[in-house]
Amino acid sequence: MGNTVLVTGVARYVGARLATALAADPGIDRVIGVDTVPPTAFARSGGAQLEFRGIDLRSSDLAKVIGTADIDTVVHMTLLSGPARSRSALKEHNVIGTMQLLAACQRSATVSRVVVRSTTAVYGSSPADPAVFTEETEAAEPPATGYAKDAVEVEGHVRGFARRRPDVAVCTLRFANFMGPGVDSPLTRFFAQPVLPTVLGFDPRLQFVHEDDGVEVLRRAAGEDHPGTFNVAGEGVLMLSQCLRRAGRVAVPLPSPTFRVLGELARASGLLDFSPEHQALLTYGRAVDPSRLWAELGWTPTFSTADAFADFLARHR
Amino acid sequence: MKDPLGFAFRRLGGQYEVDEFGFDAELTEALLEVLRPLYRCWFRVETAGLGNVPRGGGALVVANHSGALPLDALMLQVALHDEAGRTVRLLGADLVYRLPVLSHLARKSGHTLACPPDAGRLLGRGELVGVFPEGFRGIGKAFWHRYRLQRFGRDGVVATALRAGVPIVPCAIVGAEEIYPKLGDLGVAARVLGLPYLPVTPFFPWLGVLGLVPLPSKWLIGFGEPIRTDGYDPGDPRAAFELTDHVRETLQRQLRALRARRGPAFPLPALPRLAW
Repeated sequence: MGNTVLVTGVARYVGARLATALAADPGIDRVIGVDTVPPTAFARSGGAQLEFRGIDLRSSDLAKVIGTADIDTVVHMTLLSGPARSRSALKEHNVIGTMQLLAACQRSATVSRVVVRSTTAVYGSSPADPAVFTEETEAAEPPATGYAKDAVEVEGHVRGFARRRPDVAVCTLRFANFMGPGVDSPLTRFFAQPVLPTVLGFDPRLQFVHEDDGVEVLRRAAGEDHPGTFNVAGEGVLMLSQCLRRAGRVAVPLPSPTFRVLGELARASGLLDFSPEHQALLTYGRAVDPSRLWAELGWTPTFSTADAFADFLARHR
Repeated sequence: MKDPLGFAFRRLGGQYEVDEFGFDAELTEALLEVLRPLYRCWFRVETAGLGNVPRGGGALVVANHSGALPLDALMLQVALHDEAGRTVRLLGADLVYRLPVLSHLARKSGHTLACPPDAGRLLGRGELVGVFPEGFRGIGKAFWHRYRLQRFGRDGVVATALRAGVPIVPCAIVGAEEIYPKLGDLGVAARVLGLPYLPVTPFFPWLGVLGLVPLPSKWLIGFGEPIRTDGYDPGDPRAAFELTDHVRETLQRQLRALRARRGPAFPLPALPRLAW
């Protein structure tokens, strides 16, 4: 049975919550959290089974931890979209970090389960795509930039690992945008503003996963073998216009070239992370079919897309 | 509209539902309200063979496409909604989803991109799906090619219906050919604008915006007997070809018959007779 779980990316909100939830699980003896900076929420909950290691995924320290700690399950969730560092640093963190981690897992004799947090951004957003993506759908225009492209590369490395180690159960979870009172992402920061720029003449479909459901999905994936790739999203979709009206925000529709330039300016000034893939999402939208995961887990999420957004608004009025 | 105040409150508060394709039933009702005068008074649309449209369950309506602007799609939607009591989910070109305004109005009124995954998904949910397999070849053809069915697209929507095992209802639309008689094509300007064609009609672009007023031709929309797909083997690639040919021939025959039944496109009103 999986007794020792390694969680990467615990300094961030969902990672910290997952580590705490896993530590509370009686079936798990030990949870090792890894990140470059110590988590704040995590330190407070600090149970006896919870350890934190300040490790950069790109360093060889990680291989040492995996080699010595008899780790059974690895939950990899460091995929970053943050604007904090330069693009090359971000890519190195996302892709090189994953390669290092997978290399360490491949050498390990104890790791029997790997869970990777990916994103539905791997499908891109374009007018030539089907309305609803299933796990098999090929993107019409695969993401060529940023975070989404990193995610595509990370998934490629994960598939390669799964081929080389067929004895390890590899579960790739493609999450829709997280939404809820505790989430801090480019999208939640976008919705927290009083006046929002939108793309004139477009009303994208958006899909959210509530943070509680996201943590629960990760916890279940870390606790049992669910090999394969799965979409994770709350039931239903919300149009951007619906979100804005429910939030009582003022929309400022801008022609798409203006929207793009403003987005770049906001990004350069560090005000708001308005990456090109984010702009594509706010123009063409995206919806996925998560039914395969619900059938696999025999569980359905508590929050629909609309519920998750309502819960987010309850905090951000 | 029954409850305009409630409608306004729901719209402004965002308290309405859409499905995963973005279909907004409430907004669609309001949009159909706007189209109805065009349907009833301008084109005087008459329907035939409504009994051939299944009352429920998945089915694929295959129609001919014409008229430079897809008014035939809108009129088909009104006809099926008002007279057959069914919401049709049309499959459109990706150009529709690239254009501002049109893209979200198309999604909100229930339509989606013409691609096998979307078509299969809608048919699997028991929806009535409508398609114009001629695509731009049909809607952008010259006036002297009117009522001549063009080649069907390769996206294989007929094959999707075959896999889903749903019946195909051929639908002939007569009248849309005459709304914008396309005499020429501003090819270069169209390419600059990223459009498949830019028609020259007797009134456009000479009269500017006024040239966009469709001519009030007389329309007939006829639904043919459903073609069953369950006799074919979905695994056989030839089956899809055969079925496509069969549908195309049936539709062409139906189109010819309906055009003859309509008579002139612009029937003169009976002149008041002087009584002596």
